Amino acid sequence: MDKVINLQIWQLAAAYIFIVILLVIVKLKGIPREKEILISSARMTLQLILTGYILMYIFQNSNPVFTVIVIGVMEAFAIYNVFKRVKVKLSPKIKRIIAISMVLGTTSSLLYFIIVVINLSPWYDPRYFIPIAGMLIGNSMTGISLGVSRLVDGMTAQKHLIESALMLGATPKMAAKEIVDNAFDSAILPTINSMVGMGIVFLPGMMTGQILSGVSPVTAIEYQIAVMLGILGSVALTVILFVQLGYKTFFNEQQQLDIS
Amino acid sequence: MFQLEGVKYKNILDIKQLSIPANKITCIVGESGSGKTTLLKLLNKMISCSEGEIFYNNDAISTINSIELRRKVVMLPQVPAVFPGTVKENLLIGLKFSEKPAVNDEKLSAVLNMVQLNKPLDEDADKLSGGEKQRLALGRVILMDPEIFLLDEPSSALDEDTEQNIIEKLVHYIKETNKTLIMVTHSKKIARAYADNIIEIKNGRVLN
Repeated sequence: MDKVINLQIWQLAAAYIFIVILLVIVKLKGIPREKEILISSARMTLQLILTGYILMYIFQNSNPVFTVIVIGVMEAFAIYNVFKRVKVKLSPKIKRIIAISMVLGTTSSLLYFIIVVINLSPWYDPRYFIPIAGMLIGNSMTGISLGVSRLVDGMTAQKHLIESALMLGATPKMAAKEIVDNAFDSAILPTINSMVGMGIVFLPGMMTGQILSGVSPVTAIEYQIAVMLGILGSVALTVILFVQLGYKTFFNEQQQLDIS
Repeated sequence: MFQLEGVKYKNILDIKQLSIPANKITCIVGESGSGKTTLLKLLNKMISCSEGEIFYNNDAISTINSIELRRKVVMLPQVPAVFPGTVKENLLIGLKFSEKPAVNDEKLSAVLNMVQLNKPLDEDADKLSGGEKQRLALGRVILMDPEIFLLDEPSSALDEDTEQNIIEKLVHYIKETNKTLIMVTHSKKIARAYADNIIEIKNGRVLN
C-alpha cells in the first residue's frame, strides 16, 4: 500500500482559502448567505477537531458505555438539528413524533446492521459502531427534515382540501394521504438519487475516505454497498414512522382538523 | 332532526334554542360574518361547540363518531374543493372518501346534467371556471346520496338564471327523495321561494 499523505497545516489553510474565494463570489453576486457559510465552516472545523480527539480517546478505551453515550449525543444533536433546520413552526406534539421516529428508526436499523450484517464483535466496537451510526443518523436527519417541512407545509397550504375531504366523510388518513405520500417521496428522494449516481457521477464519502487511507477499492465498495443499503433502510424507516405518526398530530380526537 | 340547546361557539355563535326539522328545506340567512358557516360546521362536526349540546335524532353529537355523522350529514363548503384529477375523479371522490361503492358513467352524466355542467368526464377539473367548480362540487355531494345536505351558499358563483334553475332541480330532488336540506344562502328570494323554514342569524344569534 502507498503511504498515506498526512495533511500539513498549510495544506488545510489552502482549503480555507478556497472558502474565502467562495465568500468573495457570494458577496459580489449579492447572495445574502456569507454568514451561513462562515458559521457553518467554523462550526464544522471546531466540531470535527473535538470529535477527532474524542474518538481517538474512545477508540483506545473501547467500552460499551462510551459507545452508547456517543450514540445518545448524536441522536440528541440530530433531533435538535431537525427542529432548527425546519423553517416552519412545529407544535410540541410533532416535535415529540420527530424525536420518537429518529430514535426508533435509526437505532433499529443500526442494530440490524451491526449485529446481522457486519456481525461486529464486540458489538460496541467504537471503530465500526460510531462511524456507521453517524452515517445512518446523519442521513436520516436530512431525510426527516425534508419530510417534516413537506408535511407541515402541505397540511397548512392544503387546509381547504383536507377540510373538504373531512366534510365528505373522509377519515383523517384518507384526507391527508396525498400530503403524507408527498412528504415521504421528498424525504427519500435525495437518498435514492444519490444511490443512482453513486460510483458514476461521484464516489461516496465513506468509500473515498477508505481509499484515501489506503484500503483497496474492492473492500471499500463492499462497505459502501452495505452502508448505502443501511442508510436507505434507516432513512425510509425513520420517515415512514414520522409521516404515519406525524399527520395525526394535525387532527384531534373528534377527527377535526387542528391547525393553530 | 337537529336540536340545539344553549350552544355557544367561542364568541361567534350563541344559540339558546333551535330546532331544524327533518325532510324539510331550511334556509339560513344573515349578513356575512354573522355565523352561518359556523353553524353548518357545528352540524357537520367539523368543529365542536364550546358550550351546550347539539342533538341529532336525539343523540348528542359529541357522542356520535364524527366520520359516521359526516357521511350522513354531508357539508358542501362555500369555496368548492377541486381535487387534482378529472371531472370524473372529482365526482367520485366523495363516494371514495365515504367508502361507498362507485357508480357508472351514466349516473355521473345524469348528475352533471342535473347541475347543468356540460363537460366531458375526462376533462381536467382544475381547468373549470369558478361557477363550474361549484356545480361540480354540488354534483359530487348529490352523488353521495346523504340523509342531510348542508350547503354553504351553493350558488354564490352562479348567474341568476343558472342559480334559479339548479336550486329548483335540487329542491325537487330533495322533496322527491325525502331528504333534508339545510342551506346557507345570501339570496332572500331563494329563501322565500323554496324554504319551508327560515333561520335568520344576526351577530351569532338567531332572530325569530
